[in-house]
Amino acid sequence: MLGPVAPAGDCPALECEDVGVRFRAERRTVTALERITLRVPAGSLLTVLGPSGCGKSTLLRVIADIVPPHTGSMRVLGGTPEAARRARQIGFVFQDAALLPWRSALDNVRLPLEVGGRRPLPPGSKGPEELLALVGLAGWERALPHELSGGMRQRVAIARALLGGPRILLMDEPFGALDEITRDRLNEELLRIWQETGTTIVFVTHSIYEAAFLGREVLVLAARPGRVRALVPIDLPEPRRLPVRETAEFMRQAAHLRAVLETC
Amino acid sequence: MPTMQAAAPVTAEPQADPADRAERAALIRERARRILLPIAGGLSLLFVWWALVALLHVKPFIAPSPEVVAHTLYDRFGMLMANLLPTAIEAVGGFIIGNFGAVLLATLFVHRRTVELAFFPVAVLINSIPVVAKAPILLLLLGNGLAPKVAIAAIICFFPTLVNMVRGLQAVSPQAMELMHVLSASKREVFFKLRLQSSLPFLFSALKIAASTATVGAIVGEWIGSQVGIGALIVQATYNFDSALLYATVLCGSAFSVLFFLVIRLIERLVVRWDAGVAA
Ligand SMILES: Nc1ncnc2c1ncn2[C@@H]1O[C@H](COP(=O)(O)OP(=O)(O)OP(=O)(O)O)[C@@H](O)[C@H]1O
Ligand SMILES: [Mg+2]
Repeated sequence: MLGPVAPAGDCPALECEDVGVRFRAERRTVTALERITLRVPAGSLLTVLGPSGCGKSTLLRVIADIVPPHTGSMRVLGGTPEAARRARQIGFVFQDAALLPWRSALDNVRLPLEVGGRRPLPPGSKGPEELLALVGLAGWERALPHELSGGMRQRVAIARALLGGPRILLMDEPFGALDEITRDRLNEELLRIWQETGTTIVFVTHSIYEAAFLGREVLVLAARPGRVRALVPIDLPEPRRLPVRETAEFMRQAAHLRAVLETC
Repeated sequence: MPTMQAAAPVTAEPQADPADRAERAALIRERARRILLPIAGGLSLLFVWWALVALLHVKPFIAPSPEVVAHTLYDRFGMLMANLLPTAIEAVGGFIIGNFGAVLLATLFVHRRTVELAFFPVAVLINSIPVVAKAPILLLLLGNGLAPKVAIAAIICFFPTLVNMVRGLQAVSPQAMELMHVLSASKREVFFKLRLQSSLPFLFSALKIAASTATVGAIVGEWIGSQVGIGALIVQATYNFDSALLYATVLCGSAFSVLFFLVIRLIERLVVRWDAGVAA
């Protein structure tokens, strides 16, 4: 039986309890995650930082019910990850956008309406056109992915993940392949979208500055085996704008993050 | 409210400034070179052929001169076309049947790994038998007439398409599969919304090869015990030392094969619009 998905606002978005994940690969066993315990309140924006191979992607995959945990329990919106996935409460943005190349931008955003059992948009939630406008792509509805720049493709992927108004948005290094200017702009826009939609966001990144600028809290993972190294709160004046990264306060907190990261 | 907006797409034609015009002229020149140079190359080879036959006094039954071949093409056009028709029917029929079967089997292989493990090696083995060796077996099995030639053409097309299609159906990016999982898509939806489309570039590269191999299969099928068709005509012309007819027949067969290929490529360009390599 799938557990019920609790109504909004009265339980944490994510509760990780001693979650461990192992992979068996050619005679070796890799412990991707070990004893992860974590609580993410609804509506927060958590960034995840850590060296390569420390299990950041695996953590998102466990939340999205792509990989089952071997030990411990993962609660998503008070229920199982599977229940949250089937209720379409989870949006996932992959590193390489993962757009279907034969579909136009608009049809890519529409994909969630066509698979997994046809379901109408929840009342009051934004439609595909509105979401494309939200990510700044009004006028590009009919473009095919190969006609879009990397940044624009990533915007389409974000719009697709937001369709249906999921309460949790998982982002796996979504801007990792982009140039710095595009990345900065998308960072600011993501904050705007977050404030506009109230979605809980878990955002994986390799960049200390991105982690500090976006995150209200930064989860630092250590590698081999992947475990929680620290949960670092980031205190910055709201609303956050790009110039805040030039301030001494931001620099100090970023330097602290770097110091924590170096102990991983 | 969206605060930032990506630049709107350019809808109006840009003003033709001199640099733009120069670029367009260069593009046209390049395109002309690509058409004219191959024609010039072909003509020069024709000339070499003609000169060699004339200067070395090659006997007409060994190799004809180009103008004799042209004459034969013109004079016996009706007869040549009458023989091309059955070959074309066999090739196209075999192409359709063989490729259709290959796509169906590839679909089964992708969904039933046991079947793939059991039959894929057998398919590889059968395919490794040369066409000339397979043809007599099939002729014995299927008897004379149209059927064995269609079967040979079909079998020739079948394997490359099967291999490419299996690869194409499996060539889905892992992230796209994870996306479908997150969207709780059924297997059927994954097949129709994802696998089928991503296999199309693979399928078409197999179909383009199949267009010429199906023709080869039909012709080889006509080599043994057949009265009509390009293959039969080739055999007859060779035995009669009618080199002009032989060359004219081969030309007709190749022209058909090229035409077949071009039709498939045209369909590919209409269908596979997203693949930058194809669309370009
Ligand atoms: N499907 C899998 N099969 C076997 N091992 C896996 C699998 N997925 C991940 N791993 C292993 O688990 C560990 C964590 O992988 P994961 O992809 O979560 O790391 P990551 O933090 O996202 O790394 P990166 O920053 O490079 O993306 C790695 O050692 C990896 O080799
Ligand atoms: Mg990763």
